[in-house]
Parts: sequence; C-alpha cells; structure tokens
Amino acid sequence: MLVQGIKSRPVYTGFAIDENAQRHLFALEGEGARALLDQVKKVGKEFLAVSEILHVGEAHGKELAALGADILWSAPTTPVLLNRLRQNLINARMGTRLYLSGTEGFIGQAMKVALEQGIDFGSIVTEHRGSEARRVQCVHCKGITDNVTTQPFTCSHCGLTLLVRDHYSRRLAAFQGVCIDAEEPGSAPPPEVRFP
Amino acid sequence: MTINTEMPVHVAAITKVADSVKRFRLERVDGGVMPVFSGGAHVVVAMQDGKLLRHNPYSLMSRPGDTSAFEISVLRVESSRGGSHFLHDKISVGDTLTVSQPINLFPFDHRGRKHLFFAGGIGITPFIAMMAQMAQEGRNFELHYAMRTRSHGAYWQELAERYGPSRVKIYCDVENLFIPVDEILARQPLGTHMYVCGPAGMIDAVLGKGKALGWPRQNLHFERFLAPPTGKPFEAVLQRSGKTITVGEHQSMLEAIEAAGVDAPYLCRGGACGQCETNIVSCTGELLHNDIYLEPADKASGKKIMICVSRLKGETITLDI
Repeated sequence: MLVQGIKSRPVYTGFAIDENAQRHLFALEGEGARALLDQVKKVGKEFLAVSEILHVGEAHGKELAALGADILWSAPTTPVLLNRLRQNLINARMGTRLYLSGTEGFIGQAMKVALEQGIDFGSIVTEHRGSEARRVQCVHCKGITDNVTTQPFTCSHCGLTLLVRDHYSRRLAAFQGVCIDAEEPGSAPPPEVRFP
Repeated sequence: MTINTEMPVHVAAITKVADSVKRFRLERVDGGVMPVFSGGAHVVVAMQDGKLLRHNPYSLMSRPGDTSAFEISVLRVESSRGGSHFLHDKISVGDTLTVSQPINLFPFDHRGRKHLFFAGGIGITPFIAMMAQMAQEGRNFELHYAMRTRSHGAYWQELAERYGPSRVKIYCDVENLFIPVDEILARQPLGTHMYVCGPAGMIDAVLGKGKALGWPRQNLHFERFLAPPTGKPFEAVLQRSGKTITVGEHQSMLEAIEAAGVDAPYLCRGGACGQCETNIVSCTGELLHNDIYLEPADKASGKKIMICVSRLKGETITLDI
C-alpha cells in the first residue's frame, strides 16, 4: 500500500562524532540516549568535555549522568526540550555540531527548530532509535497526530480514514495522510499495526 | 549543443577602477532589456580576436535588478592566454561583443542567518552583486576583502562607504594587514554561510580553516574560475561527428572542437559546472584532469573528461562527441 521510493522520506545515517567540531550539541529522546552511549563506547569520552546533552524520557537518565558531559539537562516533556534547543541554537556559534536521536517524530520536530535557525538539514547528524511510530498530518483538515502506529489510521481531528504515505514534509515535521476511502466511505481495510 | 542564447552587445563605457582593472558596461545592440540575474552570476563573453574566437567567463557586478546593462570588471592578467589582454588593449567604447545569458554557479544560500564573504583581489566582483541584492533584501552580511595594495584593489572605497566600516573590512598585504580568518570564523552565529572567491591559495586556505573549525561543508561556498592550462598539442578524434582535430598548445579541447564547427555543451568554461562532461572512448597517453568537478574515482576511471580545462599528455584521445 505504501508507495516505495518517495524521495522526501527521511534517511537517518547514524551518529558519527565530527572530530573538527568545537562543540557538540545532542538532543536525545527516550532510546535515542543509546545512540550517544554507543558512540562513547566506540570513540571514547574525550568529546564529552565540549558536549551539551538535552534529554527527555524516563530511561537512561542515570547512564547519561554518569558520562560527565560538560552540560546535561533533562526536560520534563518534548515541547520543553524543543524550547531549550531553540534558545541554545540562537546563541550557538559556527563550529557547533547538532546531533538528534529518538523516534522519527522527535527527530523531525527538533530538526524543524534547527531549520528555523538557518541550519542546513544535511549538516545535522541523525540516528533513529525506538519506536517506528510516525507523526502524521491529515492533508484534509491539516491536523497533526503524533505516534501513529497503524495503517490506515483514523484522523484524531476530523475522523477521516487516512493512508499514511512516505511523503514527508520537513517544514511540518510530518508524514502526509490521505483519505483512503473517499469514493466509497467505509470501504477502508481494517487498521494493521505497521509502525510499531 | 549549447543551452545559451547569446546576445550581441556593444561596449557603452570603459572605466579604469584600479591598477590593471577596467570595468566594461555592456548594452544590448538591439536596445532591448538585459535579463535580470541573481547575485553571484556570471556571463561568458565571446570575443573575436583576429581569427581566434575567445570565450571567457566574468562575474556580473552590476545590480542584479538593473536591466539597462551588464557590467563586468576585468583584471589584466600578465600570464593569461590573452582574453584579458584583448579586452584591456583592443576593445574600446562602441565595439561589439557577445555575451551569454547569466549563469549562477555561485548563488548564496537564502536560508542562512548570516553571510560572510572573503574576497581576494579581483575575486571581489561576484560579491558586489551579492551585497547589492542582500542589502535590498535586508540580509545580514560581512565582507573581508584582501588586496596587495590599496591602488590594486577595486571598489573598496565605494563598498566601505556604501555598507559602512562594520560590514566592510579591508586588508592590505603591503600594510601587513591580513584577514584573521580563524578569529572571524570562530565568532559567527550558527547558521552562517561562508563564501570565498580569489586566488587558488586563498580559497584553499579559507576552506581548510572552515573545515578545521567544524564548519559543515554545506556552509562553505567558493568560486574558482580556472583558465584552461596550456600543454603540448595532441590529436582528438570526435567519434560521433566523424572528425579528427588537433588541439593546439594554447587551446582547450573545447575551443578546438568549436573551431572545427562542432557544437559541444558548456556553461562555465572553467572546470566547475559539469556541463561539458564528455565520455572517452579510448586514449593513448596520460589524462591531465584540471577540473574541480569530477570525483576522484571518475578521474581515475579514465572514462570521463571535462573538455573545457583538461588535456591529454600523449598522442590521441577519442571522444564520444
């Protein structure tokens, strides 16, 4: 049902520490903490002295604290983390490298904040960790729903049955959901968990 | 096949702006309006120098929205193949030249929060148009302009007056003033883009410092026009056209192909844009890749060549053209 090969579908190439960066800024959600912990295992702790970690999520808080990074800050919720990230980027200088890890919805929203500060998406280092749930915009009512796991899914705003496409908007940080049974309402197949 | 629609122009004014630098104002022969362009664009000027047809790229330095004329500034290069000598010594007001449509291989990134320009000598020209456009659009920019002596540098007084001393910084070799690239790069807000145009050594040095200070490659921009290097003559077989030509000592393959009446694709004629990428059928000798477009693997494969600046050191090359 998903059309393959849609170019806008984001690709997450995985963390690799930029040796030339003067400062490293990490925004990590949930299992995204493991992307950083794995890098420390791989390349050592040296870069942590010039690293700032913004973290949200129940798990892995203690492991992150044990790293002894220059700054570690835990946010109560994702929107609070994004506010701090925005302020951080406004004040940051060139030579700061941004790393994002967590679910696609989190990476997308954090990247949206970075794009608004004039940062090129190609220069942001990303690694997908945790759930495959998607953040979806209903193209009909424009409502956005977080953590969509099924295909099709019922729009939480207008109630239409939507096909979740690979078609992605960096500006909205959301995949696009299109009505699947417009010609014959009620003919949509039952939802299946496709983004666990 | 060229994708350019060339326009005959006459030289409306020639102004000496610095030691060895002249500005040429070019208006359309048919009285029509010039196309608008974006800051950083260049045109290829075609010059009939005796029997030789020269094509040289020059950055446009008039205001991007000004459709009354194009203006270019030309440095008389002592060691040049002759294009700048021809414009300086043989062209006078009223003469006719041909220019291509504007081409921009050095555009600025509209998403940037700030734009930092590093100019060396005549490398100032693309930035003059960029700054005019940015000033109008209310963008944040800063120019660092290096020159040998103040009398060698073109336009620095005008630029300093127009944009003020906080946005225009001048550095002069003879006064022992050099651009403190490291310090400048270290204090820029995140989202800054950097652009460099000037001598090859300066471009490499500035880009190298950017990389070493953790600037992402997406934020580093440069323009480098390469004049086709000279070399020993060799033979080129144009397989599809069924012609065999000799590429002379002071000629590029592209120029020799054009002289033989074969229409080959090109845009920048400086090894940067990739338009003239040509497949090699076979060759005897060593390929001298002078472009900055092909990937190292492509160069090593021996299957591709940029005919505007690269040559053969050997006898014969057969091209799929």
